[in-house]
Amino acid sequence: MPKDSGIGASSKRREDVRFLTGSGNYTDDINIYGQLYVHFLRADVAHAKLNGVDTKDAEAMPGVVRIFTGADFEAVGSIPCGWLITDRHGDPMQEPRHPVLAHGKIRHVGEPICAVVAETREQARDAAEAIVLDYETLPAVINMKDAVKADAPKVHDELTGNLCYDWGFVEDNKGAVDEAIKGAAHVTTLELVNNRLVANPMEPRVAVGEYNRSDDMHTLHTTSQNPHVIRLLMGAFVLGIPEHKLRVVAPDVGGGFGTKIFHYQEEAFVTFAAKALNRPVKWTSTRSEAFMSDAHGRDHVTKIELALDAENNFVAVRTETYANMGAYLSTFAPSVPTWLHGTLMAGNYKTPHIYVNVKAVFTNTVPVDAYRGAGRPEATFQLERVIDMAARELGVDPVALRRQNFITEFPYATPVAVEYDTGDYTATMDKLIDIADFAGFEARRKESEAKGKLRGLGVNCYIEACGIAPSNLVGQLGARAGLYDAATVRVNATGSISVMVGAHSHGQGHETSFPQVISEMIGIPEDQIDIVHGDTSKIPFGMGTYGSRSLAVCGSAMVRAAEKVINKAKKIAAHLMEASEGDIELKDGRFSVAGTDKSVAWGDVTLAAYVPHNYPLKDIEPGLEETAFYDPANFTYPSGAYACEVELDPETGHVKVERFSAADDFGNIINPMIVSGQVHGGIAQGIGQAMLEGCVYDADGQLISASYMDYAMPRAEDVPFYTVDHSCQTPCTHNPLGVKGCGEAGAIGSPPSLVNAVLDAINSGAGKKVAHIDMPLTPSRVWAAMQ
Amino acid sequence: MYAFEIERPTTLDAAKAAIADGGQALSGGQTLIPTLKARLAMPEKLVSLHSIAELKGVSTDGEGRICIKGATVHRTVGDEAGAYPALASVAARIGDPAVRNRGTIGGSLANNDPSACYPAAALGSGATICTDRREIAADDYFKGMFTTALAEGEIVTEVKFPVPEVAAYEKFIQPASRFPLVAVFVAKFADGVRVAITGASETGVFRWAEAEKALSDNFTPEALEGLKMDPDHMIADLHGDKAYRAHLCAVMTKRAVKNAK
Ligand SMILES: Cc1cc2nc3c(=O)[nH]c(=O)nc-3n(C[C@H](O)[C@H](O)[C@H](O)COP(=O)(O)OP(=O)(O)OC[C@H]3O[C@@H](n4cnc5c(N)ncnc54)[C@H](O)[C@@H]3O)c2cc1C
Repeated sequence: MPKDSGIGASSKRREDVRFLTGSGNYTDDINIYGQLYVHFLRADVAHAKLNGVDTKDAEAMPGVVRIFTGADFEAVGSIPCGWLITDRHGDPMQEPRHPVLAHGKIRHVGEPICAVVAETREQARDAAEAIVLDYETLPAVINMKDAVKADAPKVHDELTGNLCYDWGFVEDNKGAVDEAIKGAAHVTTLELVNNRLVANPMEPRVAVGEYNRSDDMHTLHTTSQNPHVIRLLMGAFVLGIPEHKLRVVAPDVGGGFGTKIFHYQEEAFVTFAAKALNRPVKWTSTRSEAFMSDAHGRDHVTKIELALDAENNFVAVRTETYANMGAYLSTFAPSVPTWLHGTLMAGNYKTPHIYVNVKAVFTNTVPVDAYRGAGRPEATFQLERVIDMAARELGVDPVALRRQNFITEFPYATPVAVEYDTGDYTATMDKLIDIADFAGFEARRKESEAKGKLRGLGVNCYIEACGIAPSNLVGQLGARAGLYDAATVRVNATGSISVMVGAHSHGQGHETSFPQVISEMIGIPEDQIDIVHGDTSKIPFGMGTYGSRSLAVCGSAMVRAAEKVINKAKKIAAHLMEASEGDIELKDGRFSVAGTDKSVAWGDVTLAAYVPHNYPLKDIEPGLEETAFYDPANFTYPSGAYACEVELDPETGHVKVERFSAADDFGNIINPMIVSGQVHGGIAQGIGQAMLEGCVYDADGQLISASYMDYAMPRAEDVPFYTVDHSCQTPCTHNPLGVKGCGEAGAIGSPPSLVNAVLDAINSGAGKKVAHIDMPLTPSRVWAAMQ
Repeated sequence: MYAFEIERPTTLDAAKAAIADGGQALSGGQTLIPTLKARLAMPEKLVSLHSIAELKGVSTDGEGRICIKGATVHRTVGDEAGAYPALASVAARIGDPAVRNRGTIGGSLANNDPSACYPAAALGSGATICTDRREIAADDYFKGMFTTALAEGEIVTEVKFPVPEVAAYEKFIQPASRFPLVAVFVAKFADGVRVAITGASETGVFRWAEAEKALSDNFTPEALEGLKMDPDHMIADLHGDKAYRAHLCAVMTKRAVKNAK
């Protein structure tokens, strides 16, 4: 019998009521008395020397309050980067200054140059058109391999070149890897592009700055996945505002996918301008601005070599990747191609020797940073593609080749610095073969062929490192902050509970799933429990939501805080029932004395805590509220096996994704329905990356795919009904819930099987054999590859 | 968007007067409003055709032609032009429901986007475009990308479609915009076959003379075997190069012949 509440129940997402009835409170819904509007004049060239900005005529236009330029921010800090990568030679990465408004130089299309603040949005836009820029266009560097040539134009004149870092991982492995490849029976080499993506959350970014002279208090309302991180980065590093004078609020956020993790110039601007002008200042991004100012994702160019022995055992993996940083270092950018990518190159396989080289490169493009999966999709894609290619070259079954090389004993220390605690890759593969009905594939292929179509089946496995946290580990890896989380469980006098959590929910359903955990622990109904998130003035602290960390890290903090609450409540219950604390049991919302029929209700105990007429005041304080900080011992390692079936029209190159099946191991599961939804959304984005989405610059640095007329987002008709299963569960060994995280799996695990399936379809036909096609597999690319 | 004035006349005469007075026609706004939002146009006055009853509706005239008034939305044509199934199917597949509930045939033909659907239907059917001043044969109407025979301020009031024996519209969509990457309208009349192609050419919608000739003799997909479109004047962009579009012209034409009803 499925449960109807608590852990394991598919409780309906309570937040959806407000989202689906238009009663959400998004940042753009916030309008403050006296508010002004800012319009950013953005660069329409990719690279230029900015000699001057003439704002005289614009300032005289109706409604204009003030126009800010780069000069106004000379004394203001640089937009900071949260990670410091140390290169192969032990040197720190090159880290350029990232100004709030361009000063002296323009470095990418979309970079803000001037900020026009006016009484209305249209007045600000009108005035921006009257600003005269004096600049000399410089040759742009767009292609990464060109950018690292000695004579390439420099994105940042003060740096030695466009190479941010040249990272080797693990550098000490290199010799053994080279040897193993030399001596291998077979080496498969694959060069590929992991296509650049624009995250495109449904809600564009918005920021409203507010300043109160009476108490010198700044408030920033912003579309953020992590308000405390913004408060820290912007307060401490950019504007110099101490935390007690800065409140950051991220109310309902309409999707983030990573791109709303980072601290952006616009947030610093509205906060700065609100004080300078003593009026609230609001910015709402247009969709066009989002394309050229939200951090982009992926954009790797990789060569991977997989070496096998004569029995088809993997003996070594060697990779060389160029990773685009864009023009500036966004908050997480340097960590994505390194610690979130290199550490995953073992995948699900016991390859003994692995070496990863990553060259991070500055180009005249929008900064690139984490996008759903961040680094792990790039790792999974190249590994799972090269394995499929090796299977084809060797004429062996791609599933058998994978199985033969699976890691089967845990814990398992990989050659790339991480230790997987649990997993069962054979179990997820078995499950996949069952739910995807591999047995029926040949019959379906025949049906397709009868229609003149080609059918392909593609498979892949994945492993990811989630619950992005262990502070001591990430500190060694270059994180400039700790990555724990915090929660406060506040029990009210009549027994209802508010839980203040550092994780932020912007689609993940925390408001539903977190109360399920508390409800299970205490035995009171879920609707007696509310989650409070997204406001630094209400939450103790928190590092926000990304890297599938919310439940594993913040949920663990919540469990710890709830345990403290329960322990204290038991003391109170013991006092009320004149029993000894050790005999008190909590079940279904009642405290009872073991072996007796004495009991008191949860509400009686909580009331006693706040109306302490009969209370052990000399032993414990009144009140019932506890906070816990939780820093895990390791990452979590969700894993799974995915399969996809496509039908290809050989005349047009059009590919239809017919079936998609996912067998995931997320450890324990709180709400199966929400988990399925997360996997569905992730796969939709994976289908987007593999089949449709591609962010393209021309050689001059103009963004060609700058709107939905040219940037293809997946729609309902592009995705099949999914078959997802998460019954294979190897609980995480080091967090109290045994959970692993599920938010990114779909996006990480799906692109390789999609591409593998299309290649299987093509190569099943009578025509030309094709070894690889770069994503997105648009009809024109597929058709061209087949000619 | 720059500020503009708007008039909402209820008769064609009033609309003509307002347009003669420097106004620009606004029909469904599905093309014009995004253009204004992007500040790519700066009209002083818009004249909405939305409330003019005499510019709406689908009917059949004495010659059996399907006549669609200029401000009729795609949705209505999809629902009511069933006597000409290929035409109804063109309308029913434009954009999404929101677009079909606002966008109009007059706006589409006046705009003449090189990837729009109605131009292929009109040219492929040999329709007549009626304006507030004259009647223009489709063969004389389309003058290249975003260009038509319409004079400044001329209003498309009605489009008259002769109904062929069989016809079909085969649309291969561009993955992002979902406009045609290449779409082909094929219509077989008693006196010959017309093949109109949209999405493919740098000069907008055009007729494929060789295919028409081959099909007029033998209306089967096989008649097109070996026929190749010259890639020279094809559009090349992110979504397909010239060779791909030329190839699709042939594939979609064959499919249209096969599916013609
Ligand atoms: C998301 C989306 C998807 C779309 N997909 C497709 C598609 O797949 N295929 C397709 O063909 N189209 C597509 N369209 C375009 C759509 O069909 C529009 O309806 C059409 O292009 C313009 O019609 P409108 O009535 O909206 O014209 P408007 O936008 O109001 O006007 C367009 C132009 O025509 C002029 N005009 C309008 N009416 C008249 C008239 N009666 N006489 C003279 N001039 C006039 C206006 O002054 C303006 O210059 C799509 C549009 C959108 C927004």
